[in-house]
Amino acid sequence: MIEISGLHVRYGHHEVLKGISLQAGRNEILGVIGPAQSGKTTLLKTINRTIDDIPGASVAGTVKVDGEDVRRVKDVFSLRRKVGMVAPLPVGLPLSIFDNVAFAPRMAGVRDGQELEARVKRCLEQSALWDEVKDRLDSLGTRLSGGQQQRLTIARALSHDPEILCLDEFSIAVDPVTTMRIEDVLKELRSQMTIILVTNLVQQARRLADRTAFLLNGELVELDRTDVIFSDSPARRETFEYVNGIFG
Amino acid sequence: MIFLTMTLMMVVPLLLIVGYLIYQALPILSLDFLLTNPRNGMRSGGIWSPLLGTIYLVVISLVIATPIGVLAAVFLNEYARENWFTRVLNLAVVNLAGVPSIVHALFGLGAFVMFARMGKSILAASLTLAIMTLPVIIASTKEALAAVPRSFREACWNVGATRWQTIRHIVLPNSISGILTGVILQVSRAAGETAPIMFTGAVFFKAIEEGNLFAYGLFDQGMALSMHLFTISTQVPDVPAALPFGTAVVLLGTVLLVNALAIIVRVQLRSRRKW
Repeated sequence: MIEISGLHVRYGHHEVLKGISLQAGRNEILGVIGPAQSGKTTLLKTINRTIDDIPGASVAGTVKVDGEDVRRVKDVFSLRRKVGMVAPLPVGLPLSIFDNVAFAPRMAGVRDGQELEARVKRCLEQSALWDEVKDRLDSLGTRLSGGQQQRLTIARALSHDPEILCLDEFSIAVDPVTTMRIEDVLKELRSQMTIILVTNLVQQARRLADRTAFLLNGELVELDRTDVIFSDSPARRETFEYVNGIFG
Repeated sequence: MIFLTMTLMMVVPLLLIVGYLIYQALPILSLDFLLTNPRNGMRSGGIWSPLLGTIYLVVISLVIATPIGVLAAVFLNEYARENWFTRVLNLAVVNLAGVPSIVHALFGLGAFVMFARMGKSILAASLTLAIMTLPVIIASTKEALAAVPRSFREACWNVGATRWQTIRHIVLPNSISGILTGVILQVSRAAGETAPIMFTGAVFFKAIEEGNLFAYGLFDQGMALSMHLFTISTQVPDVPAALPFGTAVVLLGTVLLVNALAIIVRVQLRSRRKW
């Protein structure tokens, strides 16, 4: 469960998010759409506090994960284990496929070999990669194709059993067939966690999201059920124009 | 064609120098030359004492400079935020690398020999060499760390890895070839310098037990190849011509050997690069 209220983010003098308030519930896929520079990625970075690593960034307002204000969390690393994050470009760590997925559990202190093996298998199955790599788990993750690396990234994000999964334009470097496979994976994962899907592909939000938020220039223009957002009569004219490709 | 000519103009003099040195030194080069002390007012004998002194200076200075340099670079590249303080630190590192070695020598004389009361000793000379090599080790290590893509770090932070876990498991293993190359190249610099050790620990002559690798103590004064070469070339009359050439070949050979080692290490580790 995520509750964001009155969220303002500045990079120096430039205000990127202007008073965003929204909620995402358990077992829900919340789509976040909007043109470039609308603050979608920044929104995700405030949830797992990777915004802390951006020089000059300042945050005001509250972001609560399971009722706890993330800005008051002392152990930011445990927060990040609660929130899985998938970046736009696939990143295979320079480790074996097995070690890529086992990385997060190991860093969290899991040492038992059998437990690690079971977890790696489960995460690779969940990300629809197991069948393709089960015979070469010792191969380098960086040598996989772009689509496979993105599914490896998802497997890595799932490996620390997150309660929330944030995906930031995951299909930007992935072919359409792989994109559809990952979308199927997300539909299955919905029953286990909250998913926030940031995407430039409005039709992807339409296919996957239960509710969709439309951001424009750092402001939340509209948040509603996806079928309403994509109907002929959303509450705001900008929403209709954006989802129908009139601008953006 | 002009590029090839320029390249040859660079390589030919080097080959001529090395060839001429070896030709002149051939009559004296032997294992005995390496393992005996200078004798007869340094007009005969070998170079055991200065050779061992140089090995001590290089090893001790690197043992001191490497951990400090690598950790400082890790701090500057991985932990420090961009602000006036880190800008001043980076500027200091760059400027320190450009300080002439004779200035390092005077610093070593003031700081280690006199202020820290180490006297003229191998330790004081090694510390001076360490101070001299430190900025280059920091700069080359920073460069090697910066070559590891930031996306690897972000991927680690996103799954809850701490900064140190990220550095330990991803950044350092993937930058080790650059770090080692930088460190190894400093061996040749430390071995070849004369000025920083002249005032701080190197002596004109000192006989030590031949064949004993532990003949020097940390607070002993010691001979060094570079200083020995300077001495027998300019300060001692009637030295046989082959003697300075032999010393120069051993010094040059050591430097080239270390450089070759750096290249082999770099090639080996780069071939294992994982991205």
